[in-house]
Amino acid sequence: MSFIEFRKTLKKFGELTVLQDVDLSIDQGEVVVLVGPSGSGKSTLLRCINGLETISGGDLIVDGLSVKGGNRQLREIRQEAGMVFQQFNLFPQMTALQNVALGPRKVRGVAKAEAMRQAEDMLAKVGLSDKGGHYPSELSGGQQQRVAIARALAVKPKVMLFDEPTSALDPELKQEVLNVMLQLAKEGMTMVVVTHEMSFAKQVGTRLIFMEHGKIAVDGNPRDVIDNPPNPRMKDFLSHVE
Amino acid sequence: MQVDWSIIPGFIPQLIEGAKVTIYITVLGLIGGIIIGLIAGLMRAYGGKIINAIAFTYIELIRGTPIVVQVMFLYFALPVLANIRIDPMSAAILAIMVNAGAYIAEIVRGAFLSISKGLTEAGLAIGMPHWKVLVYIVGPLAFRRLIPPLGNQFIVSLKDTSLFIVIGVGELTRTGQEIMAANFRAVEIWTAVAICYLILTGTMTIALRFIEKRMRIL
Repeated sequence: MSFIEFRKTLKKFGELTVLQDVDLSIDQGEVVVLVGPSGSGKSTLLRCINGLETISGGDLIVDGLSVKGGNRQLREIRQEAGMVFQQFNLFPQMTALQNVALGPRKVRGVAKAEAMRQAEDMLAKVGLSDKGGHYPSELSGGQQQRVAIARALAVKPKVMLFDEPTSALDPELKQEVLNVMLQLAKEGMTMVVVTHEMSFAKQVGTRLIFMEHGKIAVDGNPRDVIDNPPNPRMKDFLSHVE
Repeated sequence: MQVDWSIIPGFIPQLIEGAKVTIYITVLGLIGGIIIGLIAGLMRAYGGKIINAIAFTYIELIRGTPIVVQVMFLYFALPVLANIRIDPMSAAILAIMVNAGAYIAEIVRGAFLSISKGLTEAGLAIGMPHWKVLVYIVGPLAFRRLIPPLGNQFIVSLKDTSLFIVIGVGELTRTGQEIMAANFRAVEIWTAVAICYLILTGTMTIALRFIEKRMRIL
């Protein structure tokens, strides 16, 4: 069985169908890039994986556990699936170190001193070992997003979910976040990334999925499908992105 | 009639006794009010339909009726209805608890709901149960936003204790009334009583300012 399996997954917001019977399997080690016009369901697809959105029909299995298995099971899934948000969502009353250490302490039950030591390692990994004592408001957007990546990694997930991680960043700050993501991919981390960064998709992605109206319209090798879009809508979309 | 301020010092011990009762009712009443308000506010913010409806009914009942009617009900109607007899002091404290609780519930609800939903999602996404997200992330942030409106409610509740004159509790206003009845020195006595209230509310304001300054409002 694949690591993540969508089985005829349906998601509705009221009357609006956002995901329409999606079938999709993602294996460990894949770097899947999700693209598509706004409202196509790519963020919703991502947020269903860790249960931030509740699916309306079908099933969705993550590491052998169904997202429909109740709260306890959902928390287990969330520990296996770290998420990085467009708006960073760092806890403003905590320093960078405290942000990173919170998950291990309150979720994995790691003692405070040990959690802080691990948090220092995680911040070093994203190149911010000198910023541990800073509050989020004292960091640039790029730095905040790297702390957010370290926070997600600290819980030791098996897959990382990125929801437009560079969309809120100035162009010159995007690259520092993309570099951290590139490094993660090189280490073999399974990743699902919603992004408009086509160069990242080509360089790092092992698979590209183009979504349209809540369905998977294109699923293929990033280099192939970006250079030769098999679908006129995707061709049109790419011309607007690049 | 001549105004003679020199009579005031003689009544200060009596006024202090009255002020003590006012403080006693306010402090106990607000401690209870904060607990009730916290519970009812969280029920409103995070409860399901039924839990929410219970809290909503309580808040609307209290906010929709005057505190004098509430204390009259507690003191005069409850013995008839439920055969529960309480002394005036307990009725006064209970009235502040129940009354302040309703207003504090709305303050609590507003403060918690004003914290960005993204932070709750970030907490849930690292695998924390919802209650831990509230305790460790949303709660501390909401608490900072709670303080200014809470201070306002503290002052309102303190002044509301003066209404318990209707059930004969010997608080500050009642004390003023009693002194007045004996010597008819209206200007001097009511000025002194007003100053006593100003000292109490002023102290409260300064204390809250201090707490507010010590915590960075985020």
